[in-house]
Amino acid sequence: MPSIVKPVAKHPSLPANKLGLTVRDYEGSMSTLCAGCGHDSITAAITRAFWELSVEPHMIAKLSGIGCSSKTPTYFVSGAHGFNSAHGRMPAIASGANAANRNLVYIGVSGDGDSLSIGLGQLSHAIRRNLNMLYVIENNGVYGLTKGQFSASADVGSKPKKGDPNQMSPIDPVTLAMSLGVTFAARAFSGDKEQLVPLLKAGLSHPGFALIDVISPCVTFNDHEGSTKSYLYSRQRLFHATEVDFVPEEDEIVATITPAGETPVRMHDGGTVRFTSTPEGYDPQSREKVYTYLQECQQRGVVPTGLLFRDPETRDMHVMNNSPEESLFNLPYEKLCPGSDALEKLQRNYR
Amino acid sequence: MKPTDIGNPDYFHKVVDCQWGCPAHTNVPEYIRLIALGRYTEAYLLNRQSNVFPGILGRTCDRPCEPACRRGRLDGKPVAICRLKRVAADLRDDVSDQIPKGAGGTNGKRIALIGAGPASLTVANDLAPLGYHITIFEKQNKPGGLMRTNIPSFRLPESVLADETGMILGMDGVDIFYNSPIRSMKELLGLGFDAIFVGTGAPRGKDLEIPGRHETDRIHIGIDWLESIAFGHVESIGERVLIIGVGNTAMDCCRSSRRLGGKDIKVMARRPRQFFKASPWELEDAEEEGIEILINHAPKRFVIENGKLTGMEFERLEWDAKAERSKVLDSIIIPCDDVILAIGQDNAFPWIERGIGIEFGKWDMPKVDEKTFQSTLPHVFFGGDAAFGPKNIIWAVEHGHQAAISIHNHCQGIPVADRPPQGQNLVSLKMGLSEWSYHNDFNPSQRQKMVHVDLEERFKRMNVEVELGFSAEQTAREVQRCLNCDVQTVFTAKKCIECDACIDICPVQCLTIGRDGEEAEVRGRLSAPATNTDQALYASEPLPHTKRLMLKDEDVCVHCGLCAERCPTSAWDMQKFELLTPLAGGEACTTSYSHA
Ligand SMILES: Cc1cc2nc3c(=O)[nH]c(=O)nc-3n(C[C@H](O)[C@H](O)[C@H](O)COP(=O)(O)OP(=O)(O)OC[C@H]3O[C@@H](n4cnc5c(N)ncnc54)[C@H](O)[C@@H]3O)c2cc1C
Ligand SMILES: Cc1ncc(C[n+]2csc(CCOP(=O)(O)OP(=O)(O)O)c2C)c(N)n1
Ligand code: SF4
Ligand code: SF4
Ligand code: SF4
Ligand SMILES: [Mg+2]
Repeated sequence: MPSIVKPVAKHPSLPANKLGLTVRDYEGSMSTLCAGCGHDSITAAITRAFWELSVEPHMIAKLSGIGCSSKTPTYFVSGAHGFNSAHGRMPAIASGANAANRNLVYIGVSGDGDSLSIGLGQLSHAIRRNLNMLYVIENNGVYGLTKGQFSASADVGSKPKKGDPNQMSPIDPVTLAMSLGVTFAARAFSGDKEQLVPLLKAGLSHPGFALIDVISPCVTFNDHEGSTKSYLYSRQRLFHATEVDFVPEEDEIVATITPAGETPVRMHDGGTVRFTSTPEGYDPQSREKVYTYLQECQQRGVVPTGLLFRDPETRDMHVMNNSPEESLFNLPYEKLCPGSDALEKLQRNYR
Repeated sequence: MKPTDIGNPDYFHKVVDCQWGCPAHTNVPEYIRLIALGRYTEAYLLNRQSNVFPGILGRTCDRPCEPACRRGRLDGKPVAICRLKRVAADLRDDVSDQIPKGAGGTNGKRIALIGAGPASLTVANDLAPLGYHITIFEKQNKPGGLMRTNIPSFRLPESVLADETGMILGMDGVDIFYNSPIRSMKELLGLGFDAIFVGTGAPRGKDLEIPGRHETDRIHIGIDWLESIAFGHVESIGERVLIIGVGNTAMDCCRSSRRLGGKDIKVMARRPRQFFKASPWELEDAEEEGIEILINHAPKRFVIENGKLTGMEFERLEWDAKAERSKVLDSIIIPCDDVILAIGQDNAFPWIERGIGIEFGKWDMPKVDEKTFQSTLPHVFFGGDAAFGPKNIIWAVEHGHQAAISIHNHCQGIPVADRPPQGQNLVSLKMGLSEWSYHNDFNPSQRQKMVHVDLEERFKRMNVEVELGFSAEQTAREVQRCLNCDVQTVFTAKKCIECDACIDICPVQCLTIGRDGEEAEVRGRLSAPATNTDQALYASEPLPHTKRLMLKDEDVCVHCGLCAERCPTSAWDMQKFELLTPLAGGEACTTSYSHA
């Protein structure tokens, strides 16, 4: 009788993190995605990133919408909080949750369909709000769950398995986010965990909205010849534009001496992102330069990966709203809802 | 790294740690699956092909397979392989119609075997069905060798021994002459046998020449004393017994003493415990019976008062860490009524004349080829303890198999060095989507503990078998601990699209896609460092997309099949490996009875 349950057997030398947990303690239930789906690799990278950062599982909130990609939070950190929202509505749920409890680590996992079609408005406003969360788009150019229709990220000329090539121009989530004022923007590839894991860690530690667009091939509907999001095409066109290394705050003292040519970028309350290589004249802190660079790459038909942009002056939703340090859900009722007299007073200020 | 050559049967054979560790290469995982299915008779027969005496070995084997077992590397305790073998032997049906009948000496070749221990009996077992006429000369009046004369009946019941030796002695073309010690090899050579096999064992127990040795009759040589018990010549012993030596013979001596009237029994060891020769389970069994083991005592003299043994004097030693050098602290007299010497065995061939073509080398041992077991006289072969000194039953069996191949070659005019090669079968176990024809789940059960007859009951008679065998529940749990190491992960590089699915799913971090390099360096940068260099790295051809390699550390793979299950292109497949082990007269498969 075959079993598809992951055995409890562990490698005898499996290391523990600062909390004494092994990476296996950050796993979720067994994936029900197609064998070989890029999304599963991202799940493995997320599992590792949380483990490496020693985040307590109960301090994590996982949110998603609808799609194969949106199913994946079930497959990592089963000890975390989670919410599967309606299609494209994850940012609203994330905003609400974050407003009420700012102390959790928020990760949203979405797809190109979930984020760039039905949820485009939601995504845009979450970026503007600079909601403190890591937002991962598992980008395969199709609606995987509904059997492979082109999504809004499909490139012009990309061929479907059957039928005519795509003609509509694609939405690139990174350039879109740049134009909406995102404070952290990165791109990665599901098949390259050496790059993806540090990016996820940096994104989780970024105090604001961190967007990572991860090219994640759909083996079932978009991995054929002529597809521009297949494993082979991605391996041929993707290149590391920047190399980064994430150093958590606690380890910073040992890591302050950076080799010549490296650009350390400190985060306000996280650790340090060290750029170990960038293109000539590239400034990952200049929105204009990065934007121009991305346009150039698009014209050349190549896809840069890495941490592409980081705004050092990131002010998240709570900072902008001047909300209390203490999470709202922890405030005594009288403070949270001071009554009609207090409201009256407040309104008088604006008359 | 060079791509792994999986066409060489050694590669996958080595992954089956137990089978690789077994001198006779018993197909352990296959017989465990058969037991799991309740197919005890087939499990027994599969065992018998390789190790000839499953019932005997299921109780007494030295079990080199168990320290090798992969399960031990995962949760510290190997699968109870040996005791499962006994389950098959105990629960099987009558197999008399499934054992080769022998061919009645029809090929006209006559072979003499000296001694009826496991080595000789294996030779008979392999050659009689091919038509050889076998004549066995045995000194004693019963077959079995040390298995009968030295392994006490509370470990190995006479009925099991009689049954399994009987299967061979009952074959057509096998004659045995009891009470027929060979006293002259020269004379035997004159009888015109086509080949002679010497399976006489290592029959001489070592003596201890220290003062007082010959002034009393209460000092016994362990293996002779055990033999006297087996033949009913000794039925009692004094209350206070000292056993000198701490090997497996010592364990049988002390436990036998316990049953013959010994009350205060001490095993005297020269060195600290970690340097004992006895298997850990034999030590445990002895201690369970109230036997005391004293370390760091070196015999100095026997204390004889008025012609009577009253005790023994020992020097108490202090050893360095490696127990190489010692310092004498003081000396002490320990009173006793009897002393049993269990300090080793020697070979002795006083009956083989020198100058008849059989050359002797170091330590007065015959010169024997390690692969062919041929002596310097081309038609005389040695095997078992007689070949290279005392070992154990399973080695004697393997020597017997190899000597039988040599004898067959010799008689058929084929050079004895032309060994028939090993082969392999690999069969995919994929049945369909998410369907594999083996039980791939990992059962976290702990190793089952053998239940023993209670102390009072077992001391009533010499032949009360101490181990009760596994219950049905214990068997059911223990079989599921086996990791199916013969179900191999087989990789086809050209199918891989480098999606990482296999790497991500593997529960024990066996897999890595990485760049090529020298093996030693590659081992350090895998998903989990591959520090166990006894275990192979399986390296693929360069992968189509990136020219990196798929690298698998075989060390703790649990053969769950999830890599193959999650691979979208079937680049990984789970295939059952079957080692084809040649026996005399051709390629015999350690054959598959099932796919389950
Ligand atoms: C006390 C003790 C306990 C042991 N326990 C175990 C155990 O639990 N498990 C294990 O695997 N091994 C055990 N062994 C070792 C094992 O019994 C031997 O390694 C094995 O029996 C060797 O087999 P063999 O065929 O080479 O010789 P043997 O078993 O020694 O058989 C040799 C036979 O040849 C006969 N013989 C000798 N000389 C002549 C002659 N000149 N003419 C005719 N016949 C002759 C002998 O009578 C004997 O029957 C034990 C050994 C001892 C001493
Ligand atoms: C309101 C609503 N409209 C449409 C759907 C159908 N639907 C389910 S998933 C999906 C697209 C998912 O695409 P994507 O987010 O890219 O996920 P993928 O499966 O590709 O990972 C759509 C349109 C739905 N579930 N709900
Ligand atoms: S349909 Fe595509 S995206 Fe969905 S699980 Fe399968 S491979 Fe992944
Ligand atoms: S069978 Fe495959 S997935 Fe399972 S432990 Fe072995 S290598 Fe890992
Ligand atoms: S799952 Fe299959 S295709 Fe994917 S990397 Fe592993 S072997 Fe290659
Ligand atoms: Mg999609």
